[in-house]
Amino acid sequence: MTLLHWAILAPFLFAIFVPLVYKVFPKLHTGWFVLLLPVVLFLYFLQFLLNRTHYETVIETVEWIPSLGINFTAYVDGLGLLFALLITGIGSLVVLYSIYYLSKEKEQLHTFYVYLLMFMGAMLGVVLSDNTIVLYTFWELTSFSSFLLIGYWYHREKSRYGAQKSMLITVFGGLSMLGGFILLYLMTGTFSIRETIAQVDTILSHDLFIFAMILILLGAFTKSAQFPFYIWLPDAMEAPTPVSAYLHSATMVKAGIYLVARFSPIFAFSAEWFWSVSLFGIFTLFWGSFNAVKQTDLKAILAFSTVSQLGMIMSLLGVGAAALHYQNFEYYTVATLAAIFHLINHATFKGSLFMVVGIIDHETGTRDIRKLGGLMSLMPITFTIAVIGAFSMAGLPPFNGFLSKEMFFTSMLRVLEMNMFQADTWGMLLPIIAWIGSVFTFLYSMVLVFKTFTGKLQKEKLEKMPHEAPIGMLIPPIVLASLVVIFGFFPDLLAYTLIEPAMKSILPSLLAESEHFHVHIEMWHGFTPELFMTIGVVLLGTILFLTLTKWKKVYGLQPEKLTLNTFYDSSLVALDSSSSRFTKFYMTGFIRDYLVYIFAFLIVMLGASMASLGAFSLDVSKTAPVGIYEVILALVMIAGTLTTLFSTSRLTAIIALGSVGYSLSLFFVLFRAPDLALTQLIIETVSVALFLLAFYHLPELKRREQKLRFRLVNFIISLGVGVIVTLIAISANSERVSETIASYFIENSYKLGGGKNMVNVILVDFRGFDTMFEITVLGIAALAIYSMIKLRLSRREEG
Amino acid sequence: MFETVIIISLALIAISSFLLIIRLIKGPSVPDRAVSLDAFGINLIAITAIISVVLKTNAFLDVILLLGILAFIGTVAIAKFLEKGEIVENDRDQ
Repeated sequence: MTLLHWAILAPFLFAIFVPLVYKVFPKLHTGWFVLLLPVVLFLYFLQFLLNRTHYETVIETVEWIPSLGINFTAYVDGLGLLFALLITGIGSLVVLYSIYYLSKEKEQLHTFYVYLLMFMGAMLGVVLSDNTIVLYTFWELTSFSSFLLIGYWYHREKSRYGAQKSMLITVFGGLSMLGGFILLYLMTGTFSIRETIAQVDTILSHDLFIFAMILILLGAFTKSAQFPFYIWLPDAMEAPTPVSAYLHSATMVKAGIYLVARFSPIFAFSAEWFWSVSLFGIFTLFWGSFNAVKQTDLKAILAFSTVSQLGMIMSLLGVGAAALHYQNFEYYTVATLAAIFHLINHATFKGSLFMVVGIIDHETGTRDIRKLGGLMSLMPITFTIAVIGAFSMAGLPPFNGFLSKEMFFTSMLRVLEMNMFQADTWGMLLPIIAWIGSVFTFLYSMVLVFKTFTGKLQKEKLEKMPHEAPIGMLIPPIVLASLVVIFGFFPDLLAYTLIEPAMKSILPSLLAESEHFHVHIEMWHGFTPELFMTIGVVLLGTILFLTLTKWKKVYGLQPEKLTLNTFYDSSLVALDSSSSRFTKFYMTGFIRDYLVYIFAFLIVMLGASMASLGAFSLDVSKTAPVGIYEVILALVMIAGTLTTLFSTSRLTAIIALGSVGYSLSLFFVLFRAPDLALTQLIIETVSVALFLLAFYHLPELKRREQKLRFRLVNFIISLGVGVIVTLIAISANSERVSETIASYFIENSYKLGGGKNMVNVILVDFRGFDTMFEITVLGIAALAIYSMIKLRLSRREEG
Repeated sequence: MFETVIIISLALIAISSFLLIIRLIKGPSVPDRAVSLDAFGINLIAITAIISVVLKTNAFLDVILLLGILAFIGTVAIAKFLEKGEIVENDRDQ
């Protein structure tokens, strides 16, 4: 265990002490204690950047299950470090924010911080694991802790619904991803991601390649809320706002992005990867931004906005894969650069926006934009932060969103120049959808700011008089908003430290060992097509914003029944009802039906396997000659059996059964088995007596005696069982290969057992154990009968 | 000669058993069946005895004795059941 491993596991260890601190120091807000950890971890990860040349990677292995090749390998490269810094950095801010957001008196803080720390540790594990199985373990832990956090206010119906929905969808994706990892293991024989990347040629030519890719993409798309799996994210907004800010904007939803980036070196050579990642991403961008405009809840706007922005990053990662096919790759790697840059930007402005919304909710008591308005003069600082965040999200200068939006357009336009994967024809789609999506992005960003902060204050609709939030609550969004501005003016701060090494992790095959990408981000590019696209976005967006009331009817066009949520809900209901109908269909509660299934399977399985193996053989040469006594006795027995079957009264059936039993004992006589004959006689007499006893005590109502009804199915099945068993018995006899062991007993029963009655010697000497347990069986039966008769707990009152 | 006698006697007993079985099936009343079962049991004694002779063994003499006892007990039990409605009278309630 190195320091790095302890750093990954530290949140879990810390979480153990949280309830203790909560109980021991009731006056202290538990958050202050928790805050220590992400700050320390952030500083720890920061020194990876500062203390060494940042292109170096760090690998530390701790054996976990070495026999299966599963080791806890921590691997810090550019991509992992970027995510680790995001997780711990925003984690610190979110914990600070939550100290002011969550009330010490009203909330169960210890559970909140335990879940949050669990999530933080899991997320660090996801981004710093080199082993796919370990990655998967942490991945599921993020799903699990996210489930707990969404359902934090578990007494609310909607929280539970949202938690369940996100659990079902992300776990579905997680399991698919596990399938993909196992397929990769089958192809390469290793769980290590780095070793898998080294064998990329084997994978590309393998038949399982496409399945592994689809399964891993399913995992990434569900986690990162891509179309059509985005539906869980808006419902996850029932979580406390710090959770929404942390999990559902900055970290967890980017786990899918991380996965796509991490596995780019393996899959990115194929056209399927390029098209599926970029098309799903670009459509999610459009669909998320389009739907964000119609939302009235601030958090819902931000949720759809997150969906849309994640789609943008995803599509950029897809487009960036094209660079692998070109000599002048620098021209196309701008997409990957934009993806990473926007990833950071999105974390900053979306985190601050969520916190702003939390503040508004906290100070006014509502998040509904129809009730809000005119908060600008009352909450000036919040307003400033919101403007910075929203304008950056809309892609306006001088904020960092503008830079990444420009690069986004650049990379989408460069798709047109590609001459592969039919990009020259279908590639047209990408920039067009990207542009339309950006118009809607601009639109909802404006809605977010202006509907909330300008206009008239509607005092009568608000629960309390709004005023500026406490300073502690404002610090985290202020920090994030300043980062938005700083990254906007000095983007190169990120370029050398974070973006270049991260790009190297995503596109390692383009560079030699010691080389690195040269990234330089500028605010001003001259009059490029991208600039005109941005101007177009602003113009059209402004027009649409001003005429919003007139065209908002468009959203009514999609009928309620055709939405993905309705589909999800109704498919859950259908799954539930159809499986219960199916169960009711065959689990009838009648033993008769179950016996039909059992015997039908017996016939089919035995008959089919015997027939397919050609095992039926009717060889009569080994059978003994049939004597006249046996024939007569068999006839008597058959007569008794038929009487039992077709008798009209139960008494007749019992007596006929008795005659069959006595005939059997006669068979034992005939076949020279005196002990069996003796036992059979006694047992038969006793059981006939018991049958009579049972018969007599039948309840009055049902006592009306009836002839057995004839059922064709029962007849066929009984006939089938009889025929099958007979055939198998005859086949077994005619196929007998080895000698019996009877000669041993004949020789040794007197010599070794000291008895002349061989049956008895076998029972008590050679095979005494069987006898012992048969005695036990009889004892248990006797005790059970006694207790059934004597012990009548439920009917004691009746006497 | 001896074997002929044995076969004839076995055949006769078999026919008798068969007829008893018919009586057992046809009924018409339960006592009829009970009596036929009792007689069937006695026939079994005879069959067992003759087969012991055929097989030249005395291992089945126990069986003969047991059959006698059981036929008696069984018939008495059925008779008591028909008469009183139960076989073992318990005086738990008194």
